[in-house]
Amino acid sequence: MKILVPIKQVATLDEDFELRDDGRDVDPDYFDKDLNEWDEYSVEEALLIKEASSSDVEVIVVTVGPDDADEALRKCLAKGADRAVRVWDDALEESDSLAIARVLARVAEKESPDMVFAGTQSSDAAYSSTGVALAAFLDWPHAAVVSKLDYAVGADKAVFHRELEGGLLEEGEIQCPCVLTIQLGINAPRYASLRGIKQAKSKQLDELSLDDLGLSASDVGAQGSASRVRRVFVPEKGQAELIGGTAAEQAERLARIIKEMRGM
Amino acid sequence: MTGILIIADHRQGELSPVTLELVTAAQDLRDGAGGGVSVAVIADSPDTHISAVSVEGVDEVLPVSVPVSEFQPDAYASAVRALIADRAPAVVLVPHTVNGLGYAAAVAAQSGCGFASDVFSLGYDGSDLVATRALYGEKVHVELEFPGRSTVLITVRAGSFDEAQGSGSPSVHPFAIDQVAAPRSTHMQFIEPAADGDVDISQVEFITSIGRGVGEEDNVEQFKELAESMGAVLGCSRPIADSGWLPKSRQVGQSGKTVSACKVYVALGISGSVQHMAGMKHVENIIAVNSDPDAAMFGIARYGVVGDMFEVGEELQNHFD
Ligand SMILES: Cc1cc2nc3c(=O)[nH]c(=O)nc-3n(C[C@H](O)[C@H](O)[C@H](O)COP(=O)(O)OP(=O)(O)OC[C@H]3O[C@@H](n4cnc5c(N)ncnc54)[C@H](O)[C@@H]3O)c2cc1C
Ligand SMILES: Nc1ncnc2c1ncn2[C@@H]1O[C@H](COP(=O)(O)O)[C@@H](O)[C@H]1O
Repeated sequence: MKILVPIKQVATLDEDFELRDDGRDVDPDYFDKDLNEWDEYSVEEALLIKEASSSDVEVIVVTVGPDDADEALRKCLAKGADRAVRVWDDALEESDSLAIARVLARVAEKESPDMVFAGTQSSDAAYSSTGVALAAFLDWPHAAVVSKLDYAVGADKAVFHRELEGGLLEEGEIQCPCVLTIQLGINAPRYASLRGIKQAKSKQLDELSLDDLGLSASDVGAQGSASRVRRVFVPEKGQAELIGGTAAEQAERLARIIKEMRGM
Repeated sequence: MTGILIIADHRQGELSPVTLELVTAAQDLRDGAGGGVSVAVIADSPDTHISAVSVEGVDEVLPVSVPVSEFQPDAYASAVRALIADRAPAVVLVPHTVNGLGYAAAVAAQSGCGFASDVFSLGYDGSDLVATRALYGEKVHVELEFPGRSTVLITVRAGSFDEAQGSGSPSVHPFAIDQVAAPRSTHMQFIEPAADGDVDISQVEFITSIGRGVGEEDNVEQFKELAESMGAVLGCSRPIADSGWLPKSRQVGQSGKTVSACKVYVALGISGSVQHMAGMKHVENIIAVNSDPDAAMFGIARYGVVGDMFEVGEELQNHFD
């Protein structure tokens, strides 16, 4: 039994970041990288199901990314995932969510898991579409924005909640195997223990090329994507009036503004 | 490939207002897309929504009957694929709602359309469709194009366009799909958010909200006190509610509450994600305190303090004792 969890190493921007010379992305020198927040929850959900199961369950984390994405994989291994797969090839640069999903679908075909848990969204690109596109390439059932799951590995059905607007929930049932995109708050993600971090170093981390997956360069990257970046730009800032000075001065001014707004 | 196809969003018998925002978004694309604006309503009894989508700017309504009472991804995906195959629109607009997230990417993957999600600005540059969306926590924007794609599917961020107004008189053409794929998931029930006897934050005029900048649970107390002495109700962003530090009923945003009655909103240590803003960006007086000068919250705030919410909070307390 297997649960496959696609995870992403995401970037947040340093203060005073600059754009790349070609103006089509932020200069990667200003990236701070970490495991996508949503993926903490999907990995946790897989681990909880594994731990609740009486049969052997393998939790496999997979990412499409360059060398430094190993860090995110190791983090998941340290939490308790059994094995990791990283797919990379320079041709994958500029891949959008559909191209990434095409690659992940090949990995899923290779592994034939009982379930796939993706994140609802990645915090940097925020496409919120990779998981559902992956399901489409596999022609698997799918449900997006899952905030509760009742599933035992090997079962042919799962019951889930989807979190809709305004906190409304939808309860539904889905055929398995399927792809679910996992929402924040579905569980309380664990931290890796020191022991886990040590053990992670010796866990299997396979590197796959496009070739290994039977894909060619034209299936991914700019050619295999459903959109192409023209340019990236820093939006004009709104008109927030910035209040300077020491904290005490700022607070004094804020207090006055608030009292005035409140008619106090 | 001509025209614009809008897929209506509805739930529990009500049309979602974002559908009418897409009608507005479509108007600027008319010339570039070279055709009319059609709205498809996919439902078990689609006719019930015809009048709601018959607004100015809509040329045609396409009721599509499917055998599911509520949103179901397989039914929606197969209906939209059939519509694309038959009508060959230049642009398909889908709301970037939770339902939209549930099928738009599947259609794009299966139909081989151009695709972009969470788009808030659209236009043509000559014959090229250009879609603008955000990256890296709203700190930069990106313009996308779709070379070689005759149909482009776009999910549009709610609140980016005004709702279309005024009544129209579109023609109505029921659209029949030959093959409805058997749905592989079923809707069982809706569960309303629990009313836990707490304040109804949607009705409160003065709110101070804390976000992840608060750091840890023990720090929440001092902001409860601050809010209380200021006469404000303490709200929060999602991570605070997810961690159980404040009740879910205090969460502001897309999956929480819209603070409809709020006149003053003080955001402490909240970055300003789209989903948080969805619940509060309409507030007239927004004050943001954030240590990151690039935080998106400053983009909608009236007043901003680049600084530490603890330092500013403590000093602020002195003025309300
Ligand atoms: C379908 C969906 C629905 C969602 N619904 C909601 C919703 O209803 N509400 C919601 O809030 N989110 C929602 N989210 C989550 C949303 O995407 C963000 O993850 C969330 O809003 C981030 O919360 P935050 O701003 O508190 O945290 P972060 O984004 O982590 O921001 C923390 C901020 O605190 C600042 N900071 C840190 N330390 C300090 C300090 N000492 N002093 C001052 N500032 C400091 C940082 O600079 C940063 O800007 C939803 C997401 C999805 C996909
Ligand atoms: N490069 C990637 N490698 C593996 N999984 C990814 C990648 N990009 C996105 N995903 C998955 O898709 C989810 C949603 O991301 P997105 O569609 O980019 O918002 C993430 O939480 C991951 O589960």
